[in-house]
Amino acid sequence: MMPSMMQRLLQSRGLAQIVALLVILAIDRAVSPQFFDLRMQDGRLFGSLIDVLNRVAPVALLALGMVLVIATRGIDLSVGAVMAIAGAIAASLADAHGLPLALAAALGAGLLCGLWNGFLVAVLGIQPIVATLILMVAGRGVAQLITEGRIVTFTAPDLVWLGNGAVLGVPTPVVVVLGMLVVTGAVVRGSALGLLIEATGGNARASELAGIGTRTMILAVYVWCGLCAALGGVIAAADIMGADANNAGLWLELDAILAVVIGGTSLFGGRFSLVLAMVGALIIQAMNTGILLSGYPPEFNLLVKAAVVLIVLLLQSPRFANAGAVLGRARQ
Amino acid sequence: MNAVSDPGPALLEVRGLSKSFGALRALQEVDFTLRAGEIHALLGENGAGKSTLIKAVTGVFPRDAGIVRLSGTEVALRSAKAAVDAGIATVYQEVNLLLNLSVAQNLYLGRQPTQFGLVREAEMRRNATALLAEFDLHIDVAEPLGNYSVAVQHIAAIARAVDQSARVLILDEPTASLDRHEVEVLFAVMRKLATRGIGVVFVTHFLDQVYEICDRITVLRNGRLIGERKTAELPRIELIRMMLGRELAERTSERAAAQVRQAGELYARFEGYGKAGYVAPFDLALRRGEVVGLAGLLGSGRTETARLVFGAERADSGSATVDGNPVRLRSPRDAVAHGFGYCPEERKTEGIIADLTVRENIVLALQAKRGLAKPLSRSEQDEIAMRFIRLLDIRPPEPERPIGLLSGGNQQKVLLARWLATAPRVLVLDEPTRGIDVGAHAEIIRLIRELCDDGLALLVISSELDEIVTYSDRVIVLRDRSHIDELEGEAIDISNILAAIAASSTIVAEAGQA
Repeated sequence: MMPSMMQRLLQSRGLAQIVALLVILAIDRAVSPQFFDLRMQDGRLFGSLIDVLNRVAPVALLALGMVLVIATRGIDLSVGAVMAIAGAIAASLADAHGLPLALAAALGAGLLCGLWNGFLVAVLGIQPIVATLILMVAGRGVAQLITEGRIVTFTAPDLVWLGNGAVLGVPTPVVVVLGMLVVTGAVVRGSALGLLIEATGGNARASELAGIGTRTMILAVYVWCGLCAALGGVIAAADIMGADANNAGLWLELDAILAVVIGGTSLFGGRFSLVLAMVGALIIQAMNTGILLSGYPPEFNLLVKAAVVLIVLLLQSPRFANAGAVLGRARQ
Repeated sequence: MNAVSDPGPALLEVRGLSKSFGALRALQEVDFTLRAGEIHALLGENGAGKSTLIKAVTGVFPRDAGIVRLSGTEVALRSAKAAVDAGIATVYQEVNLLLNLSVAQNLYLGRQPTQFGLVREAEMRRNATALLAEFDLHIDVAEPLGNYSVAVQHIAAIARAVDQSARVLILDEPTASLDRHEVEVLFAVMRKLATRGIGVVFVTHFLDQVYEICDRITVLRNGRLIGERKTAELPRIELIRMMLGRELAERTSERAAAQVRQAGELYARFEGYGKAGYVAPFDLALRRGEVVGLAGLLGSGRTETARLVFGAERADSGSATVDGNPVRLRSPRDAVAHGFGYCPEERKTEGIIADLTVRENIVLALQAKRGLAKPLSRSEQDEIAMRFIRLLDIRPPEPERPIGLLSGGNQQKVLLARWLATAPRVLVLDEPTRGIDVGAHAEIIRLIRELCDDGLALLVISSELDEIVTYSDRVIVLRDRSHIDELEGEAIDISNILAAIAASSTIVAEAGQA
């Protein structure tokens, strides 16, 4: 019984990612002995681990939308720019009009951005990487126009709470991410959407001939991705109590794509996992935080990140696995 | 079997060549002989083994057995480059040249004349102009190749091959995208090469062109050699029989038992249904419990008819009614909603979703039909998958195995299950037995009969005429993208179908030869 259980465990999806995360957390603990310490202050938990969870929120939200887009064999490069737009809108409206309107306007903008991307990809048939590049460039310009080139700050307490508050001690951004994960999971796996998205990404022509409305699927995932990005933008703005159109969400699309790929979803579409995309985002953030804590200059961050990504991807590569199996047999 | 007797010097000899892909035997002990200075047609339906033969000879795939001799010397070509070096050049339908580079650069790519490490552009252009002039092609060789027509691109590819001292030139469907005038230009080039002693292998599905230009014909069917004949001694009807049917003697007995069914009530009717440039307007009635066979050669409009009926292509003329009500079938989704199902010919690219499991592939169409909001629960999916795995004897009987790992026959059964799960009224099967081993083949045919007895209307396409004759209640014969004849009851037999296919194009061929 034991060997077969071991085998099943070793073959189970996500093992590589979870082991990688544990190893990185262990390294973080070695670098900074207080890493796992938690303390309560002003009704909110503090500590390095909480910091990782808090910092990862924007990328985790992006990855949640991105994983669905990538599952349809697409990609969305515009999410960083959409974050900037949504942050700019929320920051501009919060003080004068209150949180509900600011939030609704920011999310509405994200929805429109997603619709635009989805329209280009699903209806006009433009390659996703090019289609979303348009909004990646233009979106930051739009955000700069909204903020009139300044850093817009705000003091509206409910919006500030969204970035800095806590629910039962857990930072609000973490709660938002968990909430979105549950909602996305319920929508995708609770309906037939997940299966039909995987089918569309696996073979769009065959899916079309099986009667699936593949265009609707593709449109839907870009809209959801835009919505998630907008929420990420609001949280990032709330965190710093201001919107910086030049830097908000800059290059985060790449971290989001990385998180999805580390999470085992292929850029060729098909099978996807929401939870493992979250683990992917955590791996990236646990590394970032670890390097900051270690006292090494943050410049190292990029190199270490690249090395870890390479290792995780090698572990997933079928050729690498085959080579490993051959070596193993040779040794026997 | 070999009716040709005159012993022209054999340039390329293939003997006993076999090649299998997994359980599928793509080529079985095929012989092929190409003589110097001849144009030799290699014919057969899709899946007959033409491309496999070419690729096995030119070293694209390794072969399982058999030898290849070039001018009497045995050669073992291990790559496409080795074939080119040995003097065998292949030009595919999709020209493998770089359209953004100039014509001259394409002709000399990888072997440019150089001096001090620099390409001698002027010399290269002079040579290129002279080379193309030999083919009566006078164009500006400094222009990008992409600025010229597909015919010019083909001739450039041929010129490049011949200039690399090719002795054997293989042309795989070169005329598929050419107009009549361009075909003439290409044929002039082929004739010129033949007079220089080059052996030309011409793969095509245009029989008129075969009779116009080829000296000899080799026919393959189901991976076997059917025969080699001189074109002048092979009547067109005989050629079509070699390509499509078994010997006439085998067929009649099979049929008698099958046809006692009464045609049921009308389910769907298409009137004047067609799409310009795709398939000419046709009338088609589909009745419960009836199998309608579509017969014709490759490219005759069979698959096109199926795709129009299923809404995979939009008709631009005519009307459709289902159960007496007018309907618009603008997408597969519409067709599925009206009770249609379609198993396409290209199982791998249009049928299966290789990464998903057998269970997921089976429930896919049913789930799409029910809509997003009504997901099938996991236990319902398991129940449906197991029911069809048992019913169709899908092996291995593991619903959680990715479908890509199953054999062709079992993949086909899963696709059938996908549609049967939707309780369809009309099922369109395009080459349901293509690429399937013999055992599964018989089972699929048995299934087709059973489905029909259950009241399903079936529209079946097959290149195997004896198969069509065995299960069809009506046979529609197609040629040149139009429906030209409909056979019913007693009239359904292979010779009638062959006669219908061959009928008027014989006249065209005679005019072409004159």
